[in-house]
Amino acid sequence: MELLFFYIFAGVAIVSAVLVVTNKNVLHAALFLILTFFCVAAIYIMLRAEFLAAVQVLLYIGAIMALFIFTVLLINVMQAQFLRQFHGQRPLAGILVVALLAETIFLLFSDFRGNFPLMQETPPETAGRAGLETLSQLLLTDYLLVFEVASVLLLAALIGAVVLARGDIAPADRRR
Amino acid sequence: MVPLSHYLTLGAIIFFIGVWGVLTRRNAVIILLSIELMFNAVNITVVAFSRFLDQFTGQIFAVLVITVAAAEATIGLAIVISLYRGRESLNVDEINLLKW
Repeated sequence: MELLFFYIFAGVAIVSAVLVVTNKNVLHAALFLILTFFCVAAIYIMLRAEFLAAVQVLLYIGAIMALFIFTVLLINVMQAQFLRQFHGQRPLAGILVVALLAETIFLLFSDFRGNFPLMQETPPETAGRAGLETLSQLLLTDYLLVFEVASVLLLAALIGAVVLARGDIAPADRRR
Repeated sequence: MVPLSHYLTLGAIIFFIGVWGVLTRRNAVIILLSIELMFNAVNITVVAFSRFLDQFTGQIFAVLVITVAAAEATIGLAIVISLYRGRESLNVDEINLLKW
């Protein structure tokens, strides 16, 4: 039963991910990416990471994708639609990506126990029982430095975005 | 029960779809969207490892990856907006001032 749902969510995620990178319209690509993110959130729930699923929906879909769609509204999408969409290096990139993917999957399935000796093939059932409690405790004790560095990074991104997107004050009428 | 290799394969497939998008598309916004896809694939892999190792470290790293993705999306979109102001185009082939 769980396997069936995994295949459904994984299939929808992969199909919409392909549609993201092949779509001509940027707005449609962003909407398909939202569908992918929802499926990834469902997969987080199957992995008993409920907090991450909530963060995925609230932060990724609610904040980052809203930012993307807002930006798409600010630029002229229709004009970009008529350009050539792909590089000339597309066949080369396709060969490279397929080769790397085949190599990864071969490594995963060839000698699994040898490659990951610590892994259990079936996860322990106790995982994720009080998950949020353990997670927040770890984040504020063992990983406190990483937490602080992440907040400094967010501050830097905030200031950088304001500086980059502010634009010039004087030549405002030159733009149109 | 879904085995670990299935999650890892899903992560690898989504990651390489993102790589393909970054390598082949010319629209700057779609390149940013492909990078977000790659972040998500990495997150799936990390969370799957965290579940199968019965440790929460992977989930903490996934939270940090989401933080970095938010910062990256903000800066990337700010650059996209300022590029569009200057050039009226988002084609990355035309943005080659630093290329030689």
